[in-house]
Amino acid sequence: MRHEIRFSGFGGQGIILSAVIVGRAAALYDRKYAVQTQVYGPEARGGASMSAVIIDDEPILYPKVRHPDIFVIMSQEGFLRYGADAPENATMILDTDIVQGRPACRWYGIPATSEAKSAFGRVIVANIIMIGSLVGATGVVGTEAIEKAVRESVPRGTEDLNLRALKRGMELAAEAGRSP
Amino acid sequence: MSKISFIQGNIACAEGALAAGCRFFGGYPITPSTEIAEHMAMKLPKVKGTFIQMEDEIGSIAAVIGAAWTGVRAMTATSGPGLSLMMENIGYAVMTETPLVIVDIQRGGPSTGQPTMASQGDMFQCRFGSHGDYSIIALSPATVQEMYEMTAEAFNLADRFRVPVFLMADEIIGHMREKMTLPDTVPVMPVRERTERSTLPFKAEKDGVPGFTPFGKGHHVHVTGLTHDERGYPSTTNPDVHERLVTRLVAKVESTRREIASYDVTNPEAETVFVSYGAPTRAVWQALHDLKDDTVGHFRLKMVWPFPDWVEELFPQAQAYIVPEMNLGLISRELERHVTIPVISVPRLGGALHEPEELIRAVEGAK
Amino acid sequence: MNFMDWYRADRLPTIFCVGCGNGTVINCALTAVSEVGWKREEVVFVSGIGCSSRAPGYIDADSLHTTHGRALAFATGIKLANPDLQLVVFTGDGDLAAIGGNHFIHACRRNVDMTVICMNNQIYGMTGGQGSPTTPRGALSTTTPYGAEEGTFDLTALSIAAGANFAARWTSYHVKELTNAIRAGLETPGFSFIEAAVQCPTGYGRRNRLREPEDMIEFFRTHSMLRQKYDRLLAEGKLVPPDTIVVGEFVRRDRPVLGGKK
Repeated sequence: MRHEIRFSGFGGQGIILSAVIVGRAAALYDRKYAVQTQVYGPEARGGASMSAVIIDDEPILYPKVRHPDIFVIMSQEGFLRYGADAPENATMILDTDIVQGRPACRWYGIPATSEAKSAFGRVIVANIIMIGSLVGATGVVGTEAIEKAVRESVPRGTEDLNLRALKRGMELAAEAGRSP
Repeated sequence: MSKISFIQGNIACAEGALAAGCRFFGGYPITPSTEIAEHMAMKLPKVKGTFIQMEDEIGSIAAVIGAAWTGVRAMTATSGPGLSLMMENIGYAVMTETPLVIVDIQRGGPSTGQPTMASQGDMFQCRFGSHGDYSIIALSPATVQEMYEMTAEAFNLADRFRVPVFLMADEIIGHMREKMTLPDTVPVMPVRERTERSTLPFKAEKDGVPGFTPFGKGHHVHVTGLTHDERGYPSTTNPDVHERLVTRLVAKVESTRREIASYDVTNPEAETVFVSYGAPTRAVWQALHDLKDDTVGHFRLKMVWPFPDWVEELFPQAQAYIVPEMNLGLISRELERHVTIPVISVPRLGGALHEPEELIRAVEGAK
Repeated sequence: MNFMDWYRADRLPTIFCVGCGNGTVINCALTAVSEVGWKREEVVFVSGIGCSSRAPGYIDADSLHTTHGRALAFATGIKLANPDLQLVVFTGDGDLAAIGGNHFIHACRRNVDMTVICMNNQIYGMTGGQGSPTTPRGALSTTTPYGAEEGTFDLTALSIAAGANFAARWTSYHVKELTNAIRAGLETPGFSFIEAAVQCPTGYGRRNRLREPEDMIEFFRTHSMLRQKYDRLLAEGKLVPPDTIVVGEFVRRDRPVLGGKK
């Protein structure tokens, strides 16, 4: 089974790291194949950021996204540029604090940014919450695999914080249910 | 124990270099190659190696050549604009027979162009960019695994031929992360070093390559970019000396092209044959997978230079070659020189990889 | 060992013109190297392109004759890859200050452990007498046929400003002093810069009323002024002729060194 996941937002949210973490979970801990790529411009902060990860049971020949079936969107510009034309059978995880648009496909609305601030006091963990929701909603990688990948990808000393954010993201996905 | 890993192509390149025993890196920051320099800056001091960020790419390649003459494995990494700056000293490395590795993570040109987007626009520059006649070796990775393996292999080739060896990667392969296996060790060929002082340090052995005479070992070798005789002494007005030297510098590489060639042949009975190297190889793999058509073959170059000009022997029934490249058709032009059937170039500019559908359409068009 | 023992006998005579000052400077350098007792196996002579840069080709030791302006970058690579090697770089005013200017200031800034001897003849000699960054204002060359209009670099001051640990300037007239300065440079850890004004009767003197080699040597003798005297005159507000060559040791200090022996 091949999944093509597209992450978008603005620079500084950890959009690229999100794709790396999911790819690592699949490749190292779910024993699948994964390729992670990105499109980026000159901005280190701000600007539109897009990153993708392909997960497959078979070796991945073509490394670029062809038919994305999962979207994780964390900015309105990212939605317009990379998410608005999502096919109907796709699944989208939206940060409802930032993204106003809604797609034609099924979607999960996650208040990741406000939750990161209120529950964790750290807006930087919003992307980890979104990863939790992604895994909760789609099961594209295993829970144990994503926990290991998060643990080894975040700065030392922040592992527990990030694992709690990950768990919260899974809960939020269950609460949000699939909309509409 | 080999280790499964999920790392970036540029990091795999740096790790491959370290595994091959590279202990000197001289470079200058340039997108999209910088991760290689950063990784070497972090790792080299831990293995008693040397990292230095030079004032520009001219200085970087100069420092690498200097370091190589002390007998260490040395490399630099850059992208198109930096490679342009290095050109004069690359010629110097060729003329002085200095073994070293140059990694080019290609981006869109000309000029500053597209710093963050992939290209294959430097494939002629690496081969012909410095002045005068010469020959080099260029490898072209298409996977993160190959970024590791080919970088390591590049050092062996550089030592064997005493010639600059290029790893011609691109932004896509350099920046993507992919599952790969980090082996415990890589094959490291011992350097053929002269053990005794010779009055003729540049006298070649049977294969056209002189044994190496690193500094500090009593060889008293004079190394110059001027045309020199076998003693290493300048001899700039004798036509025979120049012709003999340059002919040997070219022949020592070109005469082995069949032996060192590296490529994959898929469906040798094919009528339509893709020819690819680097990132577009991935699009060809996907197109072949989707097509499921035995009349379509693939000639995948792992070593682009020297070019394997016997391609027609490998695909005796071919009616047409299709060459997807992320430039306006460089290697397709080289291929045209060596074959008698049509060569269809599928150029791509802008940094996006060819789409498999586009290649499938090209096959239909060729039939 | 004396300086003659360092020459490659089978390479002599040199390509230098009759009356050229470069041979004097090479002799001074090799005398200094002999005095500090360095063995052939531990020293590498490096150069770029130009008349001065032919020097390593005549020396019986490991030597790297590189591209124009880049000698210091090559030498930096050698020194950092093997700090046990001693590095001596021969260069000229065009090689060092024009095409190689950026490598010069950065090698000084890094304070790489090497000794750099610049034969400043105020002209491009190898290519037939074109103006360089040290050609004095008003002087004639093939590319300044109406007199040089640009200002000049003070190479010694430049090396000090950029961070060199040792800097001295002498001329080909001052054989003893130059030899001692090079020796002091060899013995000082870090970047040592020795500027040696040399006569180029063919490329410079011929066009600037200093046709005979002895004319230029005489000019060096009569126009050189010790740094201490120069400083005193300036402090007293006295006038110093603009064509004065200020000679002596300008700096000897102990800034952190890159590429020192491990």
